[in-house]
Amino acid sequence: MAKKLITVSVNGKSEEKAVEPRTLLIHFLREELNLTGAHIGCETSHCGACTVDIDGRSVKSCTHLAVQCDGSEVLTVEGLANKGVLHAVQEGFYKEHGLQCGFCTPGMLMRAYRFLHENPNPSEEEIRMGMSGNLCRCTGYQNIVKAVQHAAKKLQETATA
Amino acid sequence: MIPPRFEYHAPKSVGEAVALLGQLGSDAKLLAGGHSLLPMMKLRFAQPAHLIDINRIPELRGIREAGGQVVIGAMTVENDLITSPIVQAKLPLLAEAAKLIADPQVRNRGTIGGDIAHGDPGNDHPALSIAIEASFVLEGPNGRRTVAADGFFLGTYMTLLEENEVMVEIHAPAFAQGTGWAYEKLKRKTGDWATAGCAVVMRKSGNTVSHVRIALTNVAPTALRAEAAEAALLGQAFTPATVQAAADAATAICDPAEDLRGDAEYKTAMAGEMVKRALAKAWARCA
Repeated sequence: MAKKLITVSVNGKSEEKAVEPRTLLIHFLREELNLTGAHIGCETSHCGACTVDIDGRSVKSCTHLAVQCDGSEVLTVEGLANKGVLHAVQEGFYKEHGLQCGFCTPGMLMRAYRFLHENPNPSEEEIRMGMSGNLCRCTGYQNIVKAVQHAAKKLQETATA
Repeated sequence: MIPPRFEYHAPKSVGEAVALLGQLGSDAKLLAGGHSLLPMMKLRFAQPAHLIDINRIPELRGIREAGGQVVIGAMTVENDLITSPIVQAKLPLLAEAAKLIADPQVRNRGTIGGDIAHGDPGNDHPALSIAIEASFVLEGPNGRRTVAADGFFLGTYMTLLEENEVMVEIHAPAFAQGTGWAYEKLKRKTGDWATAGCAVVMRKSGNTVSHVRIALTNVAPTALRAEAAEAALLGQAFTPATVQAAADAATAICDPAEDLRGDAEYKTAMAGEMVKRALAKAWARCA
């Protein structure tokens, strides 16, 4: 099985690698690029811990082949903060206690980041539906909703400032 | 979990994909959104020697109107159905029902054509396609053919799609003015497959049902068109008695598989309830 040469932009950096076709994006990120932010959870596209952004859409990287990302732009949780300053969604999870063990958090952050692009002024119901592809087994969702609300407010203030 | 080894092919046109299917035969599988196939490969339920990735074929994506028909590329993802102004205006049932499929991330990858062609009775588009009287354009080595959704589903994972064919488009007539619709899907949690589901498209004339299509999800080896249930309503007044007769006729054809969502009796009863709810909602939307 011949390896395929792919070029992928990951967090703004162009990466050229030869990959086995069966390599999943999550393994490519974690093992080839040492980006261990995205987590391997259920491995069956249910839990959302592996969520990343591909070309401006949220995708579960456990159910996507690395070879399919040839020519794409991928954003992972490592790319969220800007020069050490937390992104609004990261600040929201920190301020509102949106995590306990933190295992689901990278996926939550990446989904919240994209969701607030899709819907900058969401209702609580819309947040719950928008985040419904991400499971948390310890915090419960109340503080996660508050964290997303915090981020929405902050992003709106920044946009209008 | 890592899928077994395979050779990867990424054709740029439907013609190339069909040629590859012909050349590689039954060792090849088409990769659409991959959210059924890749998990099956991880579990070794599927071990194709070749994957033909049809994600890089632009002609398979997009939504357009042609005459009175809505034409949907088979590789159009669920989220694009939800946000499409054409689907919202002309086939609102699809835009509404797609929100009940899986979750936002999966809807960015999962495609309407993959959902249909997979032949899984738990998928939602088979019943929706039957309810909207869709037809499917399939391309093979001898060109294209069009088959109706009603009759396309032969058994679990078995459809009229041949091994050497690619589903290209889904066609459906735009809803006539005044059409009512509904998809009622009982599920244990957001994103789950249906315990039982029912799609309805109907029109009325006064208090009489002048058109009705009823299709069921996940209560038999395939999606079902409930023809006897339709017959119980067509040309009749819409009353609790005719609705009950339709629900009874629909439950009579259910043959669900027992699983963690419930036993056969429960699922059949829930199918009847989904029929009643979908009929009530669709009727209220008729104008």
